[in-house]
Amino acid sequence: MKLRRNSEFPADLKLRPDSEFPADLKVRPDFPLLANNPGLHYLDSAATSQKPRVVLDALRDFYETANANPHRGAYALSVRATECYHQSRVRIAQFLGVADSDCLIFTRGTTEGLNLVAGSWGMANVSSGDEIVVTAMDHHANFVPWQVLAMRRGAKFRVCELTPDGRIDLDFLSGLLNKRTKIVAFSHVSNALGTINPVAEIARLVREKTDAILVCDGAQSAPHFPVSFDSLGVDFYAFSGHKMLGPMGIGGLIGKREMLEEMPPYQTGGDMIEFVHDDRTTWNVLPHKFEAGTPNAANAVGLAAAVEYLDGIGMDRVRAHERALMSEAQKRLAVIEGLHIYGPPASERSGVLSFTLGDVHPHDLATILDGEGVCIRAGHHCAQPLMRRLDVPATARASFYVYNDESDIEALVAGILKAREIFGYAPV
Amino acid sequence: MPQPRSAAEIGALYQEMILDHYRRPRNKGTLEKADASVEMKNPLCGDEIGLQVAFDGDCVCDLRFSGRGCSISQASASMMTQLVKGKSTEEIEAIRKQFRELMLGNASAADDPQLGQLRALSGVSRFPARVKCALLAWNALESALAERS
Ligand SMILES: Cc1ncc(COP(=O)(O)O)c(C=O)c1O
Repeated sequence: MKLRRNSEFPADLKLRPDSEFPADLKVRPDFPLLANNPGLHYLDSAATSQKPRVVLDALRDFYETANANPHRGAYALSVRATECYHQSRVRIAQFLGVADSDCLIFTRGTTEGLNLVAGSWGMANVSSGDEIVVTAMDHHANFVPWQVLAMRRGAKFRVCELTPDGRIDLDFLSGLLNKRTKIVAFSHVSNALGTINPVAEIARLVREKTDAILVCDGAQSAPHFPVSFDSLGVDFYAFSGHKMLGPMGIGGLIGKREMLEEMPPYQTGGDMIEFVHDDRTTWNVLPHKFEAGTPNAANAVGLAAAVEYLDGIGMDRVRAHERALMSEAQKRLAVIEGLHIYGPPASERSGVLSFTLGDVHPHDLATILDGEGVCIRAGHHCAQPLMRRLDVPATARASFYVYNDESDIEALVAGILKAREIFGYAPV
Repeated sequence: MPQPRSAAEIGALYQEMILDHYRRPRNKGTLEKADASVEMKNPLCGDEIGLQVAFDGDCVCDLRFSGRGCSISQASASMMTQLVKGKSTEEIEAIRKQFRELMLGNASAADDPQLGQLRALSGVSRFPARVKCALLAWNALESALAERS
């Protein structure tokens, strides 16, 4: 099925007046890279976010005042490192609404979190004839691990189709679900379209018709609006620190305690053991069971500083700011002749705007925008199954975050008009 | 911090001739009878090219390309097919090497008449992220020639 472009809708469909959601955050000076480059318009936060000074300071502070191997030394410095690492987990768990912070496993990011569930829960519980469901909008990180798991276990791999405006087709999903469905994996927010998926409704459907576990890819939700794992209704939730103002190389997987306790370890080695006998080994308790080897303590501390910073702004305000920017951008872009925006109406998207412009290839568009100091992403956004359904090889994607403002939209529009001019389109 | 591209650099990249080849690609399509055919993808951006080559002795007597991609990859493919048609594999190899030099920013290659219209792509060397687009067709040609020998 081909997806419709949403510019066939009136551009302002369901948009509330801007005044209700002012784009009034003025935090750009907090971000050294942006503060040092006034002409830079960074619109690729869906790929990775910029980092505020408080995060960079927290990293330096850890290495200058607390650096030692956590869990491994009897001396005071190691105890301090262990405590910093532990407190970071507690702080991040609080931010994501996880009361039992031991159920937050630190990983390298979303990709590793999802692979952990596939490799551990999946290999232990999926067998021949079972079924695994993903959606056509999922990032490769939430698609390929399940596809590989299905192949390994002889399970059926089923892809849920989307509605023409780029949402999960709930009727289609309902039709896929049955008693053999073991895993349903979906993204909270699509990185390629910005679609915010109705988690509660999906969970209700899945619980009604199956005994499957629900795995939610939170890479694009944790950074952008309030998320409370304990009331989300899913069994696992994975996220990436680098997309939420934190350092690269740290993220997490949150799971339900009873499942995490049942699951076999994902990697084995130091820290994750209880006793190692010559002929067998017993496992450490949560969260350590899933954290083999020296942990990325410094980056955990950095991520804790990032969520502290986000809480300082307030996640409702983060969402309101992005929403205001989105509605403004949608309005300004939708009137440009030849420009097509993909995905549901702006009010139902996170701060992601995926588009094409006439016969200008997204890569050319991105290069021309780069000439105007505007950083956007061009490509398949690690979502080739989605691109096939959109019937385009690639789209251009602008994505917003706390440090963006109207001047970034201004520059984006100017760059798009410039691309039109270079490619010989009549002025608008 | 890398500086954003200047308008002049962007202008040098998107020359009239490149857009002309993008919009009106030469030798686009398929051959009825090909001696070598190659499919290549740039997984990073999803650009794809199919290249079919017919030989007459040691000469490339005809070739066609198919696929889709950005203006740089399409224009490069289009100009390449025009330039190498009728040339010997040895001549083609020399041009291919020179084109690579051009993409590496070697100024003398930009003055080399044997590159013909391809010199319009000299601006690409200033955009390392786009060099692979310009080279895609050439990589396909290289494997087509290798497939034959
Ligand atoms: C929706 C989604 N899922 C998964 C990922 C993978 O995240 P990471 O590369 O941080 O592991 C990303 C980011 O690229 C994403 O946007």
